[in-house]
Amino acid sequence: MHKAKKESTHLPLFILGGVVLYFLSGMVDELRVYQGATIAVYVIAISSIILLTGYSGQVSLGHGALMAVGAYAAAVLRIEFNLPIILCFVAAVLAAAIGGALLGAAAARLSGPYLAGTTLALAIGLPSLANQFAILGGEQGLLFDVGFPPLALGEEFTQYKWFFWIAALAALISMWVIRNLLNSAYGRAWRAGRGNEVAAQLAGINTARSKVLAFTISAGIAGLAGALLAMTIGTVSPSAFPLALSFSLLTGAVLSGITTLGGVIIGAVVLVAIPEIADVVAHRLGSSESVTTNLPGLIVSGLLILTVLFVPNGPVEQHRARKAKHAAQHTSSKKKDKH
Amino acid sequence: MSLNVSNLTVHHGAICAVNQVSLAVPTGKLAAIIGANGAGKTTLLRALSGLNKPTSGVVNWMGQTITGVKPEKLVRLGISHVSEGKSVIPELTVKENLELGAIWRKNSKEMKESLDQVVTIFPRLGERISQRSDTLSGGERQMLAIGRAIMSKPKLLLLDEPSLGLAPLVVEQIFQTIRDLTTEMRLTVLLVEQNAMGALKIADLGIVLNLGKVVAVNHAQALIEDPAVRAAYLGY
Amino acid sequence: MQLLNTLLIGITAGSIYALMAIAFVLVWRSTRVVNFAQAGMALLSTYFGYEAVSRIGSFWVALPVAMIGGALFAALVELILMRLLVKHASSGPIAGVAPIIATLGLLGVIRSVISMIWGGQDLRIVAPISNNGFTINGSTLVFSPLKLLVLVVVAVLLILLTILFQKTNLGLALRASAHAPEIARLSGVRVDSVRTLGWALAGAAGAVAGLFQTVNGNGNFSPDSIEFSLLLVSGFIAAVIGGLDSLLGAVLGGLFLGITISFVLMYVSSGLFFIAPFIILLIVLFIRPQGIIGVKAGRRA
Repeated sequence: MHKAKKESTHLPLFILGGVVLYFLSGMVDELRVYQGATIAVYVIAISSIILLTGYSGQVSLGHGALMAVGAYAAAVLRIEFNLPIILCFVAAVLAAAIGGALLGAAAARLSGPYLAGTTLALAIGLPSLANQFAILGGEQGLLFDVGFPPLALGEEFTQYKWFFWIAALAALISMWVIRNLLNSAYGRAWRAGRGNEVAAQLAGINTARSKVLAFTISAGIAGLAGALLAMTIGTVSPSAFPLALSFSLLTGAVLSGITTLGGVIIGAVVLVAIPEIADVVAHRLGSSESVTTNLPGLIVSGLLILTVLFVPNGPVEQHRARKAKHAAQHTSSKKKDKH
Repeated sequence: MSLNVSNLTVHHGAICAVNQVSLAVPTGKLAAIIGANGAGKTTLLRALSGLNKPTSGVVNWMGQTITGVKPEKLVRLGISHVSEGKSVIPELTVKENLELGAIWRKNSKEMKESLDQVVTIFPRLGERISQRSDTLSGGERQMLAIGRAIMSKPKLLLLDEPSLGLAPLVVEQIFQTIRDLTTEMRLTVLLVEQNAMGALKIADLGIVLNLGKVVAVNHAQALIEDPAVRAAYLGY
Repeated sequence: MQLLNTLLIGITAGSIYALMAIAFVLVWRSTRVVNFAQAGMALLSTYFGYEAVSRIGSFWVALPVAMIGGALFAALVELILMRLLVKHASSGPIAGVAPIIATLGLLGVIRSVISMIWGGQDLRIVAPISNNGFTINGSTLVFSPLKLLVLVVVAVLLILLTILFQKTNLGLALRASAHAPEIARLSGVRVDSVRTLGWALAGAAGAVAGLFQTVNGNGNFSPDSIEFSLLLVSGFIAAVIGGLDSLLGAVLGGLFLGITISFVLMYVSSGLFFIAPFIILLIVLFIRPQGIIGVKAGRRA
């Protein structure tokens, strides 16, 4: 009997990654460190989309709203009960996960554009709820303060470095968890359901439950990203979670390769780099204000279209597919010679 | 020779489905194309009607080269393809499915005439003319598909496994109708079939395909009597 | 009185949603794609209309200009974007989501370009006829000549489009191309051109929706105006409620949504303005997943 080889959990790889980041953070200036924190947040958020859309095949345009749920949960608990920051993050995950479970249950019967449209409606509607309840701080929002870095790290340790460490650590842990989930039976069930739902059911997979699970986990991760985003900004308000955020996440996922977890860093870096690049380009062109304000949006949207048209499965997948095609043609031409 | 195919090769990705196939069908004759599953018969028809692009080779119809021309254009040259399986649009009514075959002609008088003609050939369709097509039986759907092809006043008719999934009695009717149509409307017909005996019995010409290559071409009757063909495809 | 006013507000808003829903259904019926950029195109058409009004001064000229501009732009999008999409992104895990993502990207591009060309500030189009309510027995209804115009236009469009789809050869070609493009091709239908036409019609319908949405409100519009985000969402939801496959369903869905939201805002809470469409959608999909007129099949795209 031949046993399937157990996939390693890649733990050493992630620990190594952590060490590398530690050294990197010491070497760059404050702005980059802050951007690094934002990149880490996007890495987490985009990976939640890859799990849900790439692996489980469900399109969500509402992950910005789920991030908001996590952020508000963390902020409210911090303000009302002054919980330690790590518990606030845990609460963010749980709150968003519950939201995700409800949304997923409602969405289990939907697919494709119906699901997309429903989550779109949520993305527009949910953040505005904050204006309804005083505890959520209305339009200005709530403050979210994670506190100063512990003195043990020394006087030189800046606030931004602290943000970066927290975010990077969260990112490494999340990525490790997601990677192993995707390689597990759950991940296989998601992929099976995505490909052919009837076939998956016939193989014994409870696709409805699998889909709801995907939504729940994806939402929890998004909630974490939301709380971390709030940490870097310092406040939680509806304006921090506009519709554009949900679109950016989808863009980042497509840029990374919608099924490629390893590519997340590409998408995250691009999303953070675009406003800067756009700024530089606009100033070089010496353009008017209306151009400079809108150039980042134009580039992000344009990039989304171009990517989905020409590199639809992401750069990593594209490369793999090209290699496989070359190999197949090589073998078939070898066969022709034999005749 | 109205239909001439020279060294046609068609690929499905990396797989060669039709391999250097050459055949010629005279005007007004019915050619049966038989062979096992996966022999490349469907792909051959699809390449002839423009749905699949050939890798190499030439197709000539009535002296015109039509290799790789799009299906919409070929219909206007008189080529109609009844594809395999569900060739009927279930959401449309019988009448609408039939009209679909003739709308490119943009002539409502001709459309009415063709409609009457098809209903005469297939009275069952006339009875169900306003019904949605998903209420039809398998045999009726096949009649509808063929009827729609007739509506475009074709000169070359490509039929892909019309007997598939039908009861033996219905199959007989369909084959007889195909034969009658070929003779009465002076069509050139390419009939792809797994039901080799049924197809050869009504055909003038027989072509045997195996693994994408032509392995035998002869008068249909000669193939029926050929022991090798009998053993491989006719079951006795 | 308040009841009547609430109903009338709902019907008017609903008929504009219905126009948007018609646009969605037109694209869906001809190409089986949900065009999330629909509202962006409607917005762009509104700007075309604005330019026409500024130069020529008449709303009645602006309306056809916007419709033609919207139709042309939509046709252009179909010719370039959608065909590329079919060519490059038809396989792999991305296939299902590719049109959704591409149209979303297009939405962003349109909005950015509009902001760049016209700027982000409010522009204005004035209503052509009075938006002052009719008076009955001394009290003023919310209903006005303008609102009546909107209803009439929607009804006329619905009738014209239904005739097109059900009674003409072109309509048959459109339907066949949507249900079974290969069979349509084999029947001699120029499926690609027909699909472009479907998009053009949708562009025109969206243009009307955009213009009416603007003049029915206070006449102000801008790239970020919340009205257009709502138009996008509500139009889509109305189409889904109506069953996405049926023009009549789109209109019914639009009216249903408009009236329901109006009542919710008046009698429950006005703060629910943004979340109400979502909740209504969930309830409808829960109770009747195939929509008002939809045919029962799984809600699979």
